[in-house]
Amino acid sequence: MTQFNLTRRSMLAGAAIAGAIGPLVTASFAHANEEVAPVTTPTDLSALQRVKVDLVKPPFVHAHTQKADGPPKIVEFTLTIQEKKMVIDDSGTEVHAMTFDGSVPGPMMVVHQNDYVELTLINPDTNELQHNIDFHSATGALGGGALTVVNPGEKAVLRFKATKAGVFVYHCAPPGMVPWHVTSGMNGAIMVLPREGLTDGHGKDLTYDRIYYVGEQDFYIPRDEAGNFKKYDSLGESYSDTLEVMRTLTPSHVVFNGAVGALTGENAMTAAVGEKVLIVHSQANRDTRPHLIGGHGDYVWATGKFRNPPDLDQETWFIPGGTAGAAFYTFEQPGIYAYVNHNLIEAFELGAAAHFKVTGDWNDDLMTAIVSPTGT
Amino acid sequence: MSATNKNPAFSLLQTALPLALLSALAVGIFHQAGIFAAPPPAAALYEPQTVIIPPRTFQYRADGEFIRGVHPVDAPMRTVSRRHALTVMKYQVTVTEYDVCVMEGGCAPAATIAATSAGLPVTGVSHDDAVAYARWLSEKTGEQWTLPSDEDLAFAAGKRFPDDASGLDPDNRNPALKWIADYEREAASRSKRDPAPRPIGSFGENEYGLADFAGNIWEWTSTCHRRVHLYANGSQKGVEIICGVNVAVGPHRSPTSAFIRDPRGGGCSVGTPPDNLGFRLVKTTGWYAPVLNLLRGRGVTL
Repeated sequence: MTQFNLTRRSMLAGAAIAGAIGPLVTASFAHANEEVAPVTTPTDLSALQRVKVDLVKPPFVHAHTQKADGPPKIVEFTLTIQEKKMVIDDSGTEVHAMTFDGSVPGPMMVVHQNDYVELTLINPDTNELQHNIDFHSATGALGGGALTVVNPGEKAVLRFKATKAGVFVYHCAPPGMVPWHVTSGMNGAIMVLPREGLTDGHGKDLTYDRIYYVGEQDFYIPRDEAGNFKKYDSLGESYSDTLEVMRTLTPSHVVFNGAVGALTGENAMTAAVGEKVLIVHSQANRDTRPHLIGGHGDYVWATGKFRNPPDLDQETWFIPGGTAGAAFYTFEQPGIYAYVNHNLIEAFELGAAAHFKVTGDWNDDLMTAIVSPTGT
Repeated sequence: MSATNKNPAFSLLQTALPLALLSALAVGIFHQAGIFAAPPPAAALYEPQTVIIPPRTFQYRADGEFIRGVHPVDAPMRTVSRRHALTVMKYQVTVTEYDVCVMEGGCAPAATIAATSAGLPVTGVSHDDAVAYARWLSEKTGEQWTLPSDEDLAFAAGKRFPDDASGLDPDNRNPALKWIADYEREAASRSKRDPAPRPIGSFGENEYGLADFAGNIWEWTSTCHRRVHLYANGSQKGVEIICGVNVAVGPHRSPTSAFIRDPRGGGCSVGTPPDNLGFRLVKTTGWYAPVLNLLRGRGVTL
């Protein structure tokens, strides 16, 4: 009964989609079935401490300790899937977004290596579609995707051991429609910190004063004959047009935190001179190349995995699609910094730009204007 | 002294007669040249609604980038006495009005395609587009229409004209303070606005009946951007006029390249770009307006 607790609307949308992508669905299901290992007897974890974490919306990250304060724990998170219309630029362009917890990207989770992540995934019956979650930090069952397929009105609970230290993408990967869900906003990141915290790989602790999570999202919004972005009444109706744009591999928007300019102006990220900032950057679908204009990455894990020593003094770092990366930087000069995808067309024409507002004293030694711009 | 009083009749002959002859000659030439020609047919159809700004003395924040030594500082307040009234369009030029110019081949199409154009001001137009529209409108009306200068707009906008001073101590040595102050002021203003253009009249009128100024349309001016270099004591060292970048004014001033239709924020210029670019025009009403009109007709642009 509950397995098929679908709304009429979602049944219709589902039927339309199934018609369009029947062969893909079959292939995916078959693939999923092959990969699923039989459920083994769970390890006895009853002695472990349980911690329940309330997630916060990006670019902020829930409170956490950088060094583990004891033996591994079970860390409980809940993600509620929300399908909702979101405005993604100044012109009022809309996307029927699919989201974890209502934001694009989904909230960032932080645990320590060898902690257990226990995720409750809820798909409310107000949604139209089936969803699941694939954690790149998890081992087996398509990253948990095969164990978490939830129809509207269902929920699932997945527990996995976070064995690898690093920042990792998580995303929705439902049978047959993976890229549509991911490019509709259904992705986020989890940070698995080494139990001793971050180091430079040579024994020096790297403790950050602030952490920001920047999720980069490519959107593929269809246009009408006149070139204006189209609007749709439902997710299902937008599907075939959106797929057509997706297949061009040319996004209409590439944005940080869900919309053009979402991390600028009054929502610019802030810091002070002397503060050490960790910037976690994820892109679940496309390659990206973050760059801090006027600053650097002092210690950069471009592919995000903390057992590798970080690269030093980077100008731009390359994050392959489907990866989260992390950059550690101590701000040395006040002012307004742009943090961009240094494909500058994507940054300034498509939206992949954020700002940092940094307060503090100017350092003349680092930079001084000798002659202001003049033609005389 | 005494000589001037002796022969008034002689003086009359020497001055009045040549004057009369010259006047007659001028009238003849002007007539031949077409200065007294009637306005073009249907000129009234193109006549925009205007308001007249009465003469007054007012203060406004000077335009341009002021640099003292190597440090950016706030522009000074200027006191301006305008002795003549200014005739200015009450509303920004609308999509409908602009489209007529496009259809008649006088203007390039705007970059913004509005889903519904009913009553909306035209946006997505460059400075050069606005100049082309002014030329076209002048031909249609037989009048002299031009872009206002930055000072003209300050004169017409009255209390609505923005003051973009940071209020910082000009002696501070930290350039980032001004960058952050400018950024915060523009961002705070931006967060209160919906950037979508609204029908003319939506933003209300100022004390002179001028409508919609500093809503969410930045209006092009004829004023070139400039850099003003000051000595340490504040006196002026030099001015560089940067034409090709014109001042656009809305909720704040934005010097913008003359060919830009759809402004965007830049990496190195992290400020808030104009929401939209549009314009309104002023009408020259002085006695010399027909002369300017004539010269324009002959392809001379002043």
